[in-house]
Amino acid sequence: MTDVIVTSDLTKRFGRVTAVDGLDLRVPAGCRFGLLGPNGSGKTTLVRMLLGLVHPTRGTVELLGAPMPAQAAAVLPRVGALVESPAAWPQLSGPANLRLLDAAGGRRTGTAGGRRTAGGRRARSRRVAEALQRVGLGDIDRRPVRAYSLGMRQRLGIAATLLREPELLLLDEPTNGLDPRGINEVRELLVALNEAGTTVVLSSHLLSEVEQLCTRVGVMDGGRLVLTDELAALRAPTGRVLVRTPDPAAVVALLDGQVARRDGDVLQVRSLDPAGLNARLVEAGIRVTELAPQHRSLEQVVLELTGTGADRVDAAPQDRP
Amino acid sequence: MIGVELQLLLRRRRVWLCWALLCALPAAVGVLLAVTDIVPAPGRGGNFLSAVVSNGQLFPAAALALVLPVFLPITVAIVAGDTIAGEAGTGTLRYLLVRPVGRLRLLVAKLLSVAAFVLLAVLFVTVTGYLVGVALFGFGPDATLGGTGGVTSLSGAVLTPTELAARTATTVGYLALCMLTLGAVGLFFSTLTDSPLAAALGVLALVVTSAVLLPLDAAAAIRFYLPTAHWLAWVDLYRAPILWTDVREGAQVQLGWVLVAFGAAWANFATKDVTS
Repeated sequence: MTDVIVTSDLTKRFGRVTAVDGLDLRVPAGCRFGLLGPNGSGKTTLVRMLLGLVHPTRGTVELLGAPMPAQAAAVLPRVGALVESPAAWPQLSGPANLRLLDAAGGRRTGTAGGRRTAGGRRARSRRVAEALQRVGLGDIDRRPVRAYSLGMRQRLGIAATLLREPELLLLDEPTNGLDPRGINEVRELLVALNEAGTTVVLSSHLLSEVEQLCTRVGVMDGGRLVLTDELAALRAPTGRVLVRTPDPAAVVALLDGQVARRDGDVLQVRSLDPAGLNARLVEAGIRVTELAPQHRSLEQVVLELTGTGADRVDAAPQDRP
Repeated sequence: MIGVELQLLLRRRRVWLCWALLCALPAAVGVLLAVTDIVPAPGRGGNFLSAVVSNGQLFPAAALALVLPVFLPITVAIVAGDTIAGEAGTGTLRYLLVRPVGRLRLLVAKLLSVAAFVLLAVLFVTVTGYLVGVALFGFGPDATLGGTGGVTSLSGAVLTPTELAARTATTVGYLALCMLTLGAVGLFFSTLTDSPLAAALGVLALVVTSAVLLPLDAAAAIRFYLPTAHWLAWVDLYRAPILWTDVREGAQVQLGWVLVAFGAAWANFATKDVTS
Protein backbone atom coordinates (compact mmCIF):
# COMPACT_ATOMS: atom_id res chain seq x y z
CA MET A 1 0.00 0.00 0.00
CA THR A 2 1.34 3.45 -0.84
CA ASP A 3 1.56 6.24 1.66
CA VAL A 4 -0.19 9.54 1.03
CA ILE A 5 1.78 11.33 3.72
CA VAL A 6 5.42 10.64 4.55
CA THR A 7 7.41 12.93 6.78
CA SER A 8 10.94 12.26 7.92
CA ASP A 9 12.69 14.01 10.75
CA LEU A 10 10.22 16.86 10.34
CA THR A 11 11.07 19.67 12.73
CA LYS A 12 9.78 23.21 13.17
CA ARG A 13 11.10 25.75 15.60
CA PHE A 14 9.46 29.11 16.17
CA GLY A 15 12.16 31.07 17.91
CA ARG A 16 13.04 29.02 20.97
CA VAL A 17 9.86 26.98 20.89
CA THR A 18 10.06 23.64 19.13
CA ALA A 19 6.55 23.05 17.84
CA VAL A 20 7.27 19.85 15.94
CA ASP A 21 10.28 17.74 16.82
CA GLY A 22 11.78 15.08 14.56
CA LEU A 23 8.49 13.70 13.34
CA ASP A 24 8.42 10.55 11.21
CA LEU A 25 4.86 9.99 10.12
CA ARG A 26 3.39 7.68 7.52
CA VAL A 27 -0.26 7.69 6.56
CA PRO A 28 -1.25 4.85 4.24
CA ALA A 29 -3.62 5.56 1.36
CA GLY A 30 -7.26 4.74 1.88
CA CYS A 31 -7.33 4.87 5.67
CA ARG A 32 -9.11 7.18 8.05
CA PHE A 33 -6.31 8.55 10.15
CA GLY A 34 -6.92 10.29 13.45
CA LEU A 35 -4.26 12.62 14.77
CA LEU A 36 -4.66 13.07 18.50
CA GLY A 37 -2.84 15.10 21.07
CA PRO A 38 -3.33 17.75 23.71
CA ASN A 39 -3.55 21.43 22.78
CA GLY A 40 -0.16 22.73 21.75
CA SER A 41 1.20 19.29 20.90
CA GLY A 42 2.03 20.44 17.36
CA LYS A 43 -0.93 19.05 15.40
CA THR A 44 -1.77 22.29 13.65
CA THR A 45 1.85 23.13 12.87
CA LEU A 46 2.21 19.67 11.37
CA VAL A 47 -0.87 20.17 9.20
CA ARG A 48 0.43 23.57 8.09
CA MET A 49 3.78 22.06 7.14
CA LEU A 50 2.07 19.29 5.20
CA LEU A 51 0.27 21.97 3.20
CA GLY A 52 3.31 24.19 2.64
CA LEU A 53 1.97 27.08 4.73
CA VAL A 54 4.79 26.75 7.24
CA HIS A 55 8.30 25.88 6.13
CA PRO A 56 10.07 23.15 8.10
CA THR A 57 13.24 24.01 10.01
CA ARG A 58 14.51 20.56 9.19
CA GLY A 59 13.25 17.38 7.56
CA THR A 60 11.06 16.62 4.58
CA VAL A 61 7.40 16.23 3.70
CA GLU A 62 5.99 14.09 0.92
CA LEU A 63 2.35 14.54 0.08
CA LEU A 64 0.73 12.15 -2.39
CA GLY A 65 4.20 11.04 -3.41
CA ALA A 66 5.60 14.48 -4.21
CA PRO A 67 7.89 16.66 -2.10
CA MET A 68 6.29 19.67 -0.41
CA PRO A 69 6.38 22.61 -0.66
CA ALA A 70 8.36 22.29 -3.92
CA GLN A 71 5.52 20.53 -5.75
CA ALA A 72 2.69 22.45 -4.08
CA ALA A 73 1.17 23.61 -7.35
CA ALA A 74 0.81 20.03 -8.59
CA VAL A 75 -0.15 18.36 -5.33
CA LEU A 76 -2.47 20.77 -3.53
CA PRO A 77 -5.27 20.65 -6.13
CA ARG A 78 -5.66 16.99 -5.15
CA VAL A 79 -5.94 17.84 -1.45
CA GLY A 80 -8.87 19.30 0.46
CA ALA A 81 -7.91 21.02 3.67
CA LEU A 82 -9.58 22.56 6.66
CA VAL A 83 -6.89 24.29 8.71
CA GLU A 84 -7.64 25.21 12.32
CA SER A 85 -11.02 26.77 11.62
CA PRO A 86 -13.07 27.55 8.55
CA ALA A 87 -12.69 31.04 7.10
CA ALA A 88 -14.65 32.98 4.53
CA TRP A 89 -14.99 36.51 3.21
CA PRO A 90 -17.61 37.79 5.63
CA GLN A 91 -19.27 40.26 3.29
CA LEU A 92 -20.13 37.60 0.69
CA SER A 93 -22.65 34.78 0.74
CA GLY A 94 -21.56 31.18 1.17
CA PRO A 95 -22.04 30.23 -2.48
CA ALA A 96 -20.24 33.40 -3.60
CA ASN A 97 -17.35 32.49 -1.31
CA LEU A 98 -17.08 29.03 -2.82
CA ARG A 99 -17.28 30.36 -6.38
CA LEU A 100 -14.46 32.81 -5.74
CA LEU A 101 -12.36 30.20 -3.97
CA ASP A 102 -12.93 27.80 -6.81
CA ALA A 103 -11.97 30.45 -9.36
CA ALA A 104 -8.91 31.44 -7.34
CA GLY A 105 -7.32 28.05 -7.80
CA GLY A 106 -7.00 28.77 -11.48
CA ARG A 107 -7.23 26.15 -14.14
CA ARG A 108 -6.74 22.58 -13.23
CA THR A 109 -5.06 20.93 -16.14
CA GLY A 110 -3.64 17.63 -17.16
CA THR A 111 -4.75 15.46 -14.28
CA ALA A 112 -5.55 11.91 -15.16
CA GLY A 113 -8.58 9.75 -14.65
CA GLY A 114 -11.42 11.91 -15.94
CA ARG A 115 -10.99 14.24 -13.01
CA ARG A 116 -12.94 17.41 -13.42
CA THR A 117 -11.21 20.45 -14.76
CA ALA A 118 -12.10 23.95 -13.73
CA GLY A 119 -14.43 24.37 -16.70
CA GLY A 120 -16.63 27.37 -17.28
CA ARG A 121 -18.93 29.37 -15.12
CA ARG A 122 -21.71 26.80 -15.38
CA ALA A 123 -19.46 23.92 -14.34
CA ARG A 124 -18.32 26.03 -11.39
CA SER A 125 -21.86 26.77 -10.25
CA ARG A 126 -22.67 23.08 -10.47
CA ARG A 127 -19.60 22.11 -8.44
CA VAL A 128 -20.45 24.70 -5.79
CA ALA A 129 -24.08 23.57 -5.62
CA GLU A 130 -23.01 19.93 -5.28
CA ALA A 131 -20.52 20.68 -2.52
CA LEU A 132 -23.12 22.70 -0.60
CA GLN A 133 -25.64 19.89 -1.07
CA ARG A 134 -23.26 17.35 0.40
CA VAL A 135 -22.76 19.29 3.62
CA GLY A 136 -26.43 20.10 4.04
CA LEU A 137 -26.37 23.72 2.84
CA GLY A 138 -28.08 22.97 -0.47
CA ASP A 139 -30.87 25.43 0.09
CA ILE A 140 -28.79 28.29 1.46
CA ASP A 141 -29.98 31.86 0.80
CA ARG A 142 -27.98 34.92 -0.18
CA ARG A 143 -27.25 36.27 3.28
CA PRO A 144 -23.58 37.07 3.93
CA VAL A 145 -21.35 34.66 5.81
CA ARG A 146 -21.09 37.34 8.51
CA ALA A 147 -24.60 36.26 9.55
CA TYR A 148 -23.84 32.51 9.59
CA SER A 149 -23.85 30.45 12.76
CA LEU A 150 -20.70 28.61 13.82
CA GLY A 151 -22.13 25.33 12.57
CA MET A 152 -22.99 26.81 9.18
CA ARG A 153 -19.47 28.20 8.82
CA GLN A 154 -18.10 24.79 9.65
CA ARG A 155 -20.29 23.17 7.00
CA LEU A 156 -19.24 25.81 4.48
CA GLY A 157 -15.59 25.12 5.31
CA ILE A 158 -16.09 21.40 4.71
CA ALA A 159 -17.91 22.17 1.46
CA ALA A 160 -14.88 24.18 0.32
CA THR A 161 -12.63 21.16 0.82
CA LEU A 162 -14.88 19.03 -1.40
CA LEU A 163 -14.90 21.32 -4.44
CA ARG A 164 -12.22 19.43 -6.29
CA GLU A 165 -13.02 15.84 -5.32
CA PRO A 166 -9.80 15.52 -3.34
CA GLU A 167 -7.81 12.31 -3.00
CA LEU A 168 -6.75 13.39 0.45
CA LEU A 169 -8.75 15.32 3.01
CA LEU A 170 -6.83 17.03 5.81
CA LEU A 171 -9.30 18.19 8.41
CA ASP A 172 -8.48 20.05 11.59
CA GLU A 173 -11.35 19.78 14.11
CA PRO A 174 -14.03 19.36 11.43
CA THR A 175 -16.96 19.00 13.81
CA ASN A 176 -16.18 22.07 15.90
CA GLY A 177 -19.39 24.01 16.55
CA LEU A 178 -21.72 21.36 15.16
CA ASP A 179 -24.61 19.90 17.14
CA PRO A 180 -24.82 16.11 17.68
CA ARG A 181 -26.88 15.62 14.55
CA GLY A 182 -24.43 17.71 12.53
CA ILE A 183 -21.51 15.72 13.92
CA ASN A 184 -23.23 12.53 12.90
CA GLU A 185 -23.88 13.88 9.39
CA VAL A 186 -20.27 14.90 8.95
CA ARG A 187 -19.09 11.52 10.17
CA GLU A 188 -21.33 9.74 7.68
CA LEU A 189 -20.12 12.05 4.92
CA LEU A 190 -16.48 11.36 5.73
CA VAL A 191 -17.05 7.60 5.86
CA ALA A 192 -18.83 7.73 2.49
CA LEU A 193 -15.99 9.77 0.95
CA ASN A 194 -13.45 7.36 2.42
CA GLU A 195 -15.27 4.37 1.01
CA ALA A 196 -15.20 6.07 -2.37
CA GLY A 197 -11.41 6.20 -2.14
CA THR A 198 -10.52 9.41 -0.32
CA THR A 199 -7.95 9.18 2.43
CA VAL A 200 -9.18 11.13 5.44
CA VAL A 201 -6.79 12.62 7.96
CA LEU A 202 -8.48 14.15 10.93
CA SER A 203 -6.80 16.05 13.68
CA SER A 204 -8.79 16.42 16.84
CA HIS A 205 -8.60 16.49 20.57
CA LEU A 206 -12.02 14.88 20.81
CA LEU A 207 -11.21 11.25 21.49
CA SER A 208 -14.74 9.98 20.95
CA GLU A 209 -14.73 11.65 17.55
CA VAL A 210 -11.61 9.81 16.47
CA GLU A 211 -12.69 6.59 18.13
CA GLN A 212 -15.91 6.50 16.16
CA LEU A 213 -14.51 7.53 12.80
CA CYS A 214 -10.91 6.51 12.37
CA THR A 215 -9.26 3.23 11.50
CA ARG A 216 -5.77 4.33 12.40
CA VAL A 217 -4.54 6.65 15.12
CA GLY A 218 -1.45 8.74 15.70
CA VAL A 219 -0.83 10.42 19.03
CA MET A 220 1.33 13.53 19.35
CA ASP A 221 2.75 14.99 22.51
CA GLY A 222 5.20 17.84 22.87
CA GLY A 223 5.84 17.96 19.12
CA ARG A 224 6.70 14.28 18.90
CA LEU A 225 4.74 11.37 17.54
CA VAL A 226 4.47 9.04 20.50
CA LEU A 227 2.34 6.36 18.87
CA THR A 228 0.84 5.27 15.57
CA ASP A 229 -1.24 2.14 15.36
CA GLU A 230 -4.45 0.65 14.08
CA LEU A 231 -7.33 1.60 16.32
CA ALA A 232 -8.36 -2.06 16.54
CA ALA A 233 -4.93 -3.02 17.88
CA LEU A 234 -5.04 -0.27 20.50
CA ARG A 235 -8.39 -1.42 21.65
CA ALA A 236 -7.48 -5.11 21.75
CA PRO A 237 -8.80 -7.05 24.76
CA THR A 238 -6.65 -6.57 27.84
CA GLY A 239 -6.93 -10.19 28.97
CA ARG A 240 -9.41 -9.36 31.70
CA VAL A 241 -13.13 -9.90 31.87
CA LEU A 242 -15.49 -7.51 33.63
CA VAL A 243 -18.14 -9.29 35.64
CA ARG A 244 -21.04 -7.49 37.27
CA THR A 245 -22.87 -9.59 39.76
CA PRO A 246 -25.16 -9.22 42.77
CA ASP A 247 -23.00 -11.84 44.56
CA PRO A 248 -19.44 -10.59 44.30
CA ALA A 249 -18.30 -12.46 47.39
CA ALA A 250 -19.35 -15.78 45.87
CA VAL A 251 -17.38 -15.03 42.72
CA VAL A 252 -14.27 -14.14 44.67
CA ALA A 253 -14.59 -17.40 46.57
CA LEU A 254 -15.03 -19.42 43.38
CA LEU A 255 -12.30 -17.80 41.31
CA ASP A 256 -9.75 -17.38 44.04
CA GLY A 257 -6.61 -15.71 42.71
CA GLN A 258 -8.11 -14.86 39.30
CA VAL A 259 -9.91 -11.76 40.52
CA ALA A 260 -7.61 -8.85 39.87
CA ARG A 261 -9.72 -6.08 41.23
CA ARG A 262 -13.03 -5.45 42.85
CA ASP A 263 -15.08 -2.22 42.55
CA GLY A 264 -18.31 -2.77 44.45
CA ASP A 265 -20.28 -5.29 42.40
CA VAL A 266 -17.94 -5.16 39.40
CA LEU A 267 -15.03 -7.56 39.33
CA GLN A 268 -12.05 -7.68 36.97
CA VAL A 269 -11.24 -11.31 36.35
CA ARG A 270 -8.03 -12.45 34.64
CA SER A 271 -9.26 -14.73 31.88
CA LEU A 272 -8.68 -15.10 28.15
CA ASP A 273 -11.89 -17.10 27.74
CA PRO A 274 -15.00 -15.08 28.65
CA ALA A 275 -17.35 -17.82 27.40
CA GLY A 276 -15.69 -20.45 29.58
CA LEU A 277 -15.76 -18.11 32.55
CA ASN A 278 -19.46 -17.51 31.99
CA ALA A 279 -20.16 -21.25 31.90
CA ARG A 280 -18.22 -21.74 35.12
CA LEU A 281 -20.14 -19.04 36.95
CA VAL A 282 -23.49 -20.39 35.76
CA GLU A 283 -22.49 -23.90 36.78
CA ALA A 284 -21.73 -22.64 40.28
CA GLY A 285 -25.18 -21.06 40.38
CA ILE A 286 -23.84 -17.49 40.60
CA ARG A 287 -26.10 -14.80 39.16
CA VAL A 288 -24.41 -12.53 36.63
CA THR A 289 -25.83 -9.21 35.47
CA GLU A 290 -23.13 -8.37 32.95
CA LEU A 291 -20.08 -10.10 31.58
CA ALA A 292 -17.78 -8.63 28.92
CA PRO A 293 -14.13 -8.76 27.89
CA GLN A 294 -12.33 -5.59 28.95
CA HIS A 295 -11.03 -3.23 26.23
CA ARG A 296 -8.78 -0.31 26.80
CA SER A 297 -10.49 2.89 25.79
CA LEU A 298 -8.70 5.29 23.51
CA GLU A 299 -8.87 7.80 26.32
CA GLN A 300 -6.81 5.55 28.60
CA VAL A 301 -4.26 4.99 25.84
CA VAL A 302 -3.88 8.68 25.15
CA LEU A 303 -3.80 9.78 28.77
CA GLU A 304 -1.05 7.26 29.48
CA LEU A 305 1.02 8.55 26.58
CA THR A 306 0.64 12.29 26.81
CA GLY A 307 1.35 14.98 29.37
CA THR A 308 -0.84 17.95 30.12
CA GLY A 309 -1.66 20.30 27.28
CA ALA A 310 0.50 23.32 26.63
CA ASP A 311 -2.46 25.51 27.57
CA ARG A 312 -2.06 24.46 31.18
CA VAL A 313 0.65 26.27 33.09
CA ASP A 314 1.03 25.03 36.61
CA ALA A 315 3.00 26.79 39.27
CA ALA A 316 5.92 24.81 40.60
CA PRO A 317 5.02 23.18 43.90
CA GLN A 318 6.34 25.19 46.79
CA ASP A 319 7.89 23.63 49.84
CA ARG A 320 6.66 25.15 53.05
CA PRO A 321 7.75 24.31 56.49
CA MET B 1 -6.97 35.10 -9.62
CA ILE B 2 -6.92 38.71 -10.83
CA GLY B 3 -10.61 38.44 -11.63
CA VAL B 4 -11.22 37.11 -8.13
CA GLU B 5 -9.30 40.01 -6.60
CA LEU B 6 -11.23 42.58 -8.62
CA GLN B 7 -14.52 41.02 -7.56
CA LEU B 8 -13.41 41.11 -3.94
CA LEU B 9 -12.40 44.76 -4.36
CA LEU B 10 -15.64 45.84 -5.99
CA ARG B 11 -17.82 44.00 -3.50
CA ARG B 12 -16.45 45.83 -0.49
CA ARG B 13 -18.49 48.60 0.99
CA ARG B 14 -15.31 50.22 2.34
CA VAL B 15 -13.91 50.69 -1.16
CA TRP B 16 -17.02 52.42 -2.44
CA LEU B 17 -17.09 54.59 0.66
CA CYS B 18 -13.50 55.67 -0.03
CA TRP B 19 -14.37 56.60 -3.58
CA ALA B 20 -17.49 58.47 -2.48
CA LEU B 21 -15.57 60.50 0.11
CA LEU B 22 -12.82 61.30 -2.38
CA CYS B 23 -15.40 62.74 -4.75
CA ALA B 24 -17.31 64.51 -2.01
CA LEU B 25 -14.45 66.80 -0.91
CA PRO B 26 -13.89 68.58 -4.26
CA ALA B 27 -17.63 68.73 -4.82
CA ALA B 28 -18.06 70.45 -1.45
CA VAL B 29 -15.26 72.93 -2.26
CA GLY B 30 -16.86 73.63 -5.63
CA VAL B 31 -20.24 74.32 -4.08
CA LEU B 32 -18.68 76.61 -1.44
CA LEU B 33 -16.82 78.59 -4.09
CA ALA B 34 -19.91 78.91 -6.23
CA VAL B 35 -22.18 79.90 -3.37
CA THR B 36 -19.91 82.39 -1.62
CA ASP B 37 -18.12 83.66 -4.68
CA ILE B 38 -15.03 84.18 -2.52
CA VAL B 39 -12.14 83.21 -4.73
CA PRO B 40 -8.74 82.39 -3.26
CA ALA B 41 -6.08 84.74 -4.51
CA PRO B 42 -3.80 83.25 -7.18
CA GLY B 43 -1.09 81.26 -5.46
CA ARG B 44 -3.19 80.66 -2.35
CA GLY B 45 -5.56 77.81 -1.65
CA GLY B 46 -5.19 74.73 -3.78
CA ASN B 47 -3.57 74.74 -7.19
CA PHE B 48 -5.85 75.98 -9.95
CA LEU B 49 -8.53 77.05 -7.50
CA SER B 50 -8.32 80.70 -8.40
CA ALA B 51 -8.66 79.87 -12.09
CA VAL B 52 -11.61 77.57 -11.71
CA VAL B 53 -14.19 80.23 -11.20
CA SER B 54 -13.57 81.66 -14.64
CA ASN B 55 -13.59 78.24 -16.29
CA GLY B 56 -15.17 75.10 -14.87
CA GLN B 57 -13.16 72.86 -17.17
CA LEU B 58 -10.12 73.39 -14.96
CA PHE B 59 -11.94 72.05 -11.94
CA PRO B 60 -10.83 68.41 -12.43
CA ALA B 61 -7.22 69.60 -11.99
CA ALA B 62 -8.20 71.60 -8.93
CA ALA B 63 -10.10 68.61 -7.54
CA LEU B 64 -7.05 66.37 -7.94
CA ALA B 65 -4.88 68.96 -6.24
CA LEU B 66 -7.31 69.02 -3.32
CA VAL B 67 -7.38 65.28 -2.64
CA LEU B 68 -3.73 64.60 -3.46
CA PRO B 69 -1.92 65.60 -0.27
CA VAL B 70 -4.01 63.76 2.35
CA PHE B 71 -7.24 62.13 1.26
CA LEU B 72 -5.93 60.06 -1.61
CA PRO B 73 -2.92 58.70 0.34
CA ILE B 74 -5.21 57.72 3.23
CA THR B 75 -7.59 55.73 1.06
CA VAL B 76 -4.73 54.04 -0.79
CA ALA B 77 -3.09 53.18 2.53
CA ILE B 78 -6.32 51.64 3.82
CA VAL B 79 -6.87 49.50 0.73
CA ALA B 80 -3.23 48.49 0.26
CA GLY B 81 -2.69 47.77 3.95
CA ASP B 82 -5.63 45.41 3.83
CA THR B 83 -4.33 43.32 0.92
CA ILE B 84 -2.44 40.50 2.64
CA ALA B 85 -2.97 41.38 6.30
CA GLY B 86 -6.73 41.52 5.79
CA GLU B 87 -6.79 38.04 4.27
CA ALA B 88 -4.61 36.84 7.12
CA GLY B 89 -7.01 38.41 9.63
CA THR B 90 -10.11 36.71 8.20
CA GLY B 91 -8.18 33.46 7.75
CA THR B 92 -8.86 33.32 4.03
CA LEU B 93 -5.14 33.69 3.28
CA ARG B 94 -4.39 30.10 4.23
CA TYR B 95 -7.29 28.81 2.17
CA LEU B 96 -6.17 30.78 -0.87
CA LEU B 97 -2.63 29.43 -0.50
CA VAL B 98 -3.72 25.79 -0.19
CA ARG B 99 -6.14 26.09 -3.07
CA PRO B 100 -3.36 26.55 -4.30
CA VAL B 101 -2.73 30.11 -5.39
CA GLY B 102 1.00 30.68 -5.89
CA ARG B 103 2.39 33.28 -3.52
CA LEU B 104 3.86 35.41 -6.32
CA ARG B 105 0.60 35.18 -8.21
CA LEU B 106 -1.33 36.30 -5.16
CA LEU B 107 0.96 39.31 -4.70
CA VAL B 108 0.68 40.31 -8.36
CA ALA B 109 -3.10 40.00 -8.21
CA LYS B 110 -3.19 42.11 -5.06
CA LEU B 111 -0.97 44.79 -6.58
CA LEU B 112 -3.13 44.90 -9.69
CA SER B 113 -6.27 45.23 -7.62
CA VAL B 114 -4.67 48.14 -5.73
CA ALA B 115 -3.72 49.63 -9.10
CA ALA B 116 -7.33 49.29 -10.23
CA PHE B 117 -8.44 51.00 -7.03
CA VAL B 118 -6.12 54.00 -7.42
CA LEU B 119 -6.84 54.40 -11.12
CA LEU B 120 -10.58 54.35 -10.53
CA ALA B 121 -10.18 56.70 -7.56
CA VAL B 122 -8.29 59.30 -9.61
CA LEU B 123 -10.67 58.81 -12.51
CA PHE B 124 -13.77 59.25 -10.36
CA VAL B 125 -12.37 62.43 -8.83
CA THR B 126 -11.58 63.78 -12.29
CA VAL B 127 -15.00 63.00 -13.70
CA THR B 128 -16.77 64.36 -10.64
CA GLY B 129 -14.55 67.46 -10.84
CA TYR B 130 -15.47 67.99 -14.46
CA LEU B 131 -19.17 67.58 -13.90
CA VAL B 132 -19.21 69.78 -10.81
CA GLY B 133 -16.95 72.39 -12.42
CA VAL B 134 -18.92 72.70 -15.62
CA ALA B 135 -22.24 72.67 -13.78
CA LEU B 136 -21.19 75.38 -11.32
CA PHE B 137 -18.82 77.58 -13.32
CA GLY B 138 -19.68 76.90 -16.97
CA PHE B 139 -17.20 76.73 -19.83
CA GLY B 140 -15.64 80.10 -19.14
CA PRO B 141 -15.56 83.37 -21.05
CA ASP B 142 -13.38 81.96 -23.82
CA ALA B 143 -16.26 79.79 -24.87
CA THR B 144 -18.29 82.81 -25.85
CA LEU B 145 -15.33 84.64 -27.39
CA GLY B 146 -13.52 81.93 -29.28
CA GLY B 147 -16.46 79.61 -29.61
CA THR B 148 -14.29 76.57 -28.89
CA GLY B 149 -14.29 76.68 -25.11
CA GLY B 150 -10.57 77.17 -24.87
CA VAL B 151 -8.82 77.28 -21.50
CA THR B 152 -5.96 79.50 -20.53
CA SER B 153 -2.94 77.43 -19.55
CA LEU B 154 -0.67 78.33 -16.66
CA SER B 155 1.70 79.82 -19.20
CA GLY B 156 -0.99 82.05 -20.64
CA ALA B 157 -1.50 80.33 -23.98
CA VAL B 158 -4.93 78.98 -24.79
CA LEU B 159 -5.57 75.22 -24.72
CA THR B 160 -8.31 73.64 -26.80
CA PRO B 161 -10.68 71.24 -25.02
CA THR B 162 -8.99 68.31 -26.79
CA GLU B 163 -5.57 69.37 -25.55
CA LEU B 164 -6.98 69.84 -22.11
CA ALA B 165 -8.56 66.36 -22.16
CA ALA B 166 -5.26 64.78 -23.23
CA ARG B 167 -3.40 66.59 -20.46
CA THR B 168 -5.98 65.62 -17.88
CA ALA B 169 -5.74 61.99 -19.00
CA THR B 170 -1.96 62.12 -18.61
CA THR B 171 -2.43 63.64 -15.17
CA VAL B 172 -4.75 60.80 -14.18
CA GLY B 173 -2.15 58.27 -15.28
CA TYR B 174 0.68 60.09 -13.52
CA LEU B 175 -1.16 60.47 -10.22
CA ALA B 176 -2.33 56.87 -10.35
CA LEU B 177 1.34 55.88 -10.66
CA CYS B 178 2.26 58.09 -7.70
CA MET B 179 -0.47 56.46 -5.63
CA LEU B 180 0.57 53.00 -6.82
CA THR B 181 3.89 53.68 -5.12
CA LEU B 182 2.03 53.92 -1.84
CA GLY B 183 0.01 50.87 -2.85
CA ALA B 184 3.13 48.78 -3.40
CA VAL B 185 4.64 49.97 -0.11
CA GLY B 186 1.33 49.12 1.58
CA LEU B 187 1.45 45.66 0.04
CA PHE B 188 4.94 45.18 1.43
CA PHE B 189 3.92 46.35 4.91
CA SER B 190 0.87 44.14 4.65
CA THR B 191 3.07 41.05 4.27
CA LEU B 192 4.95 42.02 7.44
CA THR B 193 1.99 42.08 9.80
CA ASP B 194 -1.38 40.46 10.34
CA SER B 195 -2.91 43.82 11.20
CA PRO B 196 -4.30 45.82 8.25
CA LEU B 197 -4.37 48.92 10.41
CA ALA B 198 -0.66 48.71 11.22
CA ALA B 199 0.19 48.34 7.53
CA ALA B 200 -1.99 51.32 6.59
CA LEU B 201 -0.46 53.50 9.29
CA GLY B 202 2.99 52.44 8.10
CA VAL B 203 2.17 53.83 4.67
CA LEU B 204 0.97 57.10 6.16
CA ALA B 205 4.12 57.28 8.26
CA LEU B 206 6.14 57.06 5.04
CA VAL B 207 4.10 59.88 3.49
CA VAL B 208 4.57 62.09 6.53
CA THR B 209 8.28 61.32 6.77
CA SER B 210 8.72 62.19 3.14
CA ALA B 211 6.75 65.40 3.52
CA VAL B 212 8.84 66.40 6.56
CA LEU B 213 12.16 65.71 4.86
CA LEU B 214 11.20 67.42 1.62
CA PRO B 215 11.72 71.06 2.63
CA LEU B 216 14.76 70.20 4.77
CA ASP B 217 18.03 71.45 3.26
CA ALA B 218 19.93 68.76 5.15
CA ALA B 219 17.95 66.17 3.23
CA ALA B 220 18.81 67.69 -0.13
CA ALA B 221 20.90 64.68 -1.14
CA ILE B 222 17.97 62.27 -0.96
CA ARG B 223 15.22 64.74 -1.81
CA PHE B 224 15.03 63.56 -5.39
CA TYR B 225 14.19 60.02 -4.32
CA LEU B 226 11.52 60.82 -1.74
CA PRO B 227 8.17 59.31 -2.71
CA THR B 228 6.29 62.60 -2.43
CA ALA B 229 8.98 64.72 -4.12
CA HIS B 230 7.40 64.63 -7.57
CA TRP B 231 3.75 64.55 -6.61
CA LEU B 232 3.16 68.07 -7.90
CA ALA B 233 5.08 67.62 -11.15
CA TRP B 234 1.80 67.05 -12.98
CA VAL B 235 1.06 70.76 -12.68
CA ASP B 236 3.60 71.20 -15.49
CA LEU B 237 1.24 69.27 -17.75
CA TYR B 238 -0.99 72.34 -17.77
CA ARG B 239 1.72 74.59 -19.19
CA ALA B 240 2.06 75.25 -22.88
CA PRO B 241 4.31 73.78 -24.04
CA ILE B 242 4.39 70.99 -21.47
CA LEU B 243 7.50 70.80 -19.27
CA TRP B 244 8.18 67.09 -19.40
CA THR B 245 11.41 66.89 -17.38
CA ASP B 246 9.91 66.80 -13.93
CA VAL B 247 7.07 64.52 -14.93
CA ARG B 248 9.45 62.07 -16.59
CA GLU B 249 11.82 62.02 -13.61
CA GLY B 250 8.87 61.70 -11.26
CA ALA B 251 7.50 58.74 -13.18
CA GLN B 252 10.90 57.07 -13.08
CA VAL B 253 11.28 57.54 -9.33
CA GLN B 254 7.73 56.31 -8.68
CA LEU B 255 8.27 53.27 -10.87
CA GLY B 256 11.46 52.55 -8.98
CA TRP B 257 9.57 52.68 -5.68
CA VAL B 258 6.92 50.32 -7.01
CA LEU B 259 9.53 47.81 -8.15
CA VAL B 260 11.56 47.96 -4.96
CA ALA B 261 8.51 47.75 -2.70
CA PHE B 262 7.03 44.87 -4.68
CA GLY B 263 10.36 43.07 -4.66
CA ALA B 264 10.57 43.50 -0.90
CA ALA B 265 7.00 42.21 -0.53
CA TRP B 266 7.85 39.15 -2.57
CA ALA B 267 11.14 38.52 -0.79
CA ASN B 268 9.34 38.56 2.53
CA PHE B 269 6.20 36.69 1.53
CA ALA B 270 7.72 33.93 -0.61
CA THR B 271 9.14 32.02 2.35
CA LYS B 272 7.00 33.41 5.14
CA ASP B 273 5.39 30.97 7.58
CA VAL B 274 1.67 31.54 7.34
CA THR B 275 0.43 30.97 10.86
CA SER B 276 -2.64 33.17 10.78
